[in-house]
Amino acid sequence: MHVLARAITHALVGLEPRRVEVEAHLQPGVPGFAIVGLADRACQEAKHRVRSGVVSASLEWPFNRRITVNLAPAALRKEGSGFDLPISLAVLAATRQLPPERLAGHAAVGELALDGRVRSVAGALAVAEGARRAGLGRVVCAAQSAPEVALAGVEPVPVEHLAEAVSYFRGEIEAPAYVPLAASELASPEAPDLADVRGQERARRALEIAAAGAHNLLLAGPPGTGKTMLARRLPGILPELTRQEALEVTRIHSVAGLLPPEQPLVTVPPFRAPHHGASAPAVIGGGTGPRPGEVSLAHRGVLLLDELPEFNRSVLEALRQPLEDGVVAVSRVGGHALFPACFELVGTMNMCPCGARGDPAVECGCSPQRLAAYREKLSRALLDRFDMAVAMPRPRATELAAPPGEGSAAVRGRVEHARERLRAAAPRRTAGASELLSSAVERLPLSGRGRARVARVARTIAALAGAHEVEPAHVAEALSYRLPAELPS
Amino acid sequence: MSTLRRLRRRDAGFPPLLAAIHDPPAALFLRGSGDDALLARPAVAIVGARACSAYGRSVARSLARDLAAAGLVVVSGMARGVDGEAHRGALDADGVTVAVLGCGIDRDYPAAHAELARRICGRGLLLSEYEPGVEPAPWRFPARNRIIAGLCRASVVVEARERSGALITTDFALEEGREVLAVPGEITSALSAGTNALLRLGATPVTSSGDVLEALGVDPVPVAEPGAPLAPTAAALLERLRDGPRTPDELVRAAEIDPAQASAALVELELAGRVTLDEGVYRVSI
Repeated sequence: MHVLARAITHALVGLEPRRVEVEAHLQPGVPGFAIVGLADRACQEAKHRVRSGVVSASLEWPFNRRITVNLAPAALRKEGSGFDLPISLAVLAATRQLPPERLAGHAAVGELALDGRVRSVAGALAVAEGARRAGLGRVVCAAQSAPEVALAGVEPVPVEHLAEAVSYFRGEIEAPAYVPLAASELASPEAPDLADVRGQERARRALEIAAAGAHNLLLAGPPGTGKTMLARRLPGILPELTRQEALEVTRIHSVAGLLPPEQPLVTVPPFRAPHHGASAPAVIGGGTGPRPGEVSLAHRGVLLLDELPEFNRSVLEALRQPLEDGVVAVSRVGGHALFPACFELVGTMNMCPCGARGDPAVECGCSPQRLAAYREKLSRALLDRFDMAVAMPRPRATELAAPPGEGSAAVRGRVEHARERLRAAAPRRTAGASELLSSAVERLPLSGRGRARVARVARTIAALAGAHEVEPAHVAEALSYRLPAELPS
Repeated sequence: MSTLRRLRRRDAGFPPLLAAIHDPPAALFLRGSGDDALLARPAVAIVGARACSAYGRSVARSLARDLAAAGLVVVSGMARGVDGEAHRGALDADGVTVAVLGCGIDRDYPAAHAELARRICGRGLLLSEYEPGVEPAPWRFPARNRIIAGLCRASVVVEARERSGALITTDFALEEGREVLAVPGEITSALSAGTNALLRLGATPVTSSGDVLEALGVDPVPVAEPGAPLAPTAAALLERLRDGPRTPDELVRAAEIDPAQASAALVELELAGRVTLDEGVYRVSI
């Protein structure tokens, strides 16, 4: 007797869900179990998990049949363990242990434990979005994945165990209820507060401007002056994500498997700080099937590149595309993918390789050649992407003993106001301001691009000040954040 | 690319001051659009350490700017540090500057100064006693320094360690009876050990560009009064900077003003040429 049954799930290409039909076919013959349809290793291993899971759930495994599972379309590469649940459902439907017609209108995603429990997998949100687009009303998934599925606007059917899923399809139990997490449980994690930073008034001010205008910021100074500390506090003064932005960010983090179960929706701007040894695929995105890199994980948030000149030149150069376009195209054996990568870049660097420059207490021993080599590691093209630069000299002891500075909440309030103002009607330059800008281009080493950057930053400063026009004082302040002449130009 | 040309010692245009030293070069190779005759104009050498401090950079630049504005030709060696700043300062003032190379005339050495060399060629001259193709070598630089000293009526040392190449230039200058001036530095700084030693031996101290002009007997050009009067914030900050170099944060705290205002005022001062910014530290221009 030949029997066929079908379950639906979705495979991910980048962030895009593609409908996958899981077909299980039983036929008499030499007993065996084969999975076809470009399944990767984790997917092939599903055989063992599914067999053990089914048996552990006190269900029957068709040991005396030849079982073929096809993941269609067969030309699409399938990765990961999320196919376990749909494969087992298809096999059980083929053996008529659950009514095959009941599978219609459902998608399924989840990994099986050997005892039949259902585990969550990365990318459940994107799979659920695929289900919604395909017009499927319900997604059977692990209880932990339920909040992600609910985010996509599809009804989750959270199951703890394969047996529970089978009972549901047999109509023995109602769909297990999904209880949305209370708002209080969605509390965002504590971000470090700006009040911890003592002194560094100018750098604090620059951080506020960078937050308000989403300007890329370069911090330069000797080690131990608080460059990294300051940069880590940038997400805390950025406005909260809108629902649309939160969904974008959550989708990426879901695919990367970075969503903590207690926080299914990312509501605060993400912060990513890859180590300077990171490879280009890790930063830009890559893997056999394309996976989002650090630039995409920092989407709508902050990417901190600590010790910028220590990064591989190839990594730094690869950053130029996402910085320009806000998306990154990754082409791999497993397919092409476009990942959103619209982030605010913060770079830190020392003033010289030994780090002593700019520190009155130590004498720098770097030769001019070594110094030039260090600075030239940053290409003009990359430096051009930084709108603002701030030198952070070593603070004196008295500054560190000073009372704590203004907290993040107050600064965030001003940033939100400024963003609103910039959205509504960006302030225009007065004649005096334009004149100052032109005279600065003549007198200072300032390129055409540099001029445009200064103009942008000045607009943000005016918005922060609540002014209707960009006045000369705003341009003057913006000029003070131009890239220093010491850097290659 | 400007054409290369050769000036032999017996040619009429050979700089007379250089011809007067005890071992003048047999010929000079020239590059640049400057007139060969500018070599006969009154010139001053500004030399110093390659690994100089922010103070040295700032002084070299503003000194060169003032001297070039007063009509002097600024001569230096196009090395990193003080030399490069001296050329840049002269170019800032739309003045004429001459770079003496320690390698073949067709080479831009150091390579990082290729752009600077191009700018010098625009108005001034690049000059070398070596034929095209000669590689830079350590022993050619002292010989080059004899030409720098020989071309000039005075040599100014901005910053020099105790055994600096810049001191070789002053030795040549002294041998030929030319004026030697030195910029005083902090007595604790190794970078000023050479210049302070020169002062102890009787070199003329440089406290302003006027000192150099006076030593050469050149009338200083009347200093153009700064156009608009400074805003009160800028004036207050300038007053504080007269006590010594400060970071913007120090100024903000000392003057008790908000960082935004301070940044704007400092840029105003910078555009007016009253202060310079180097590696995050502001200092008063001389």
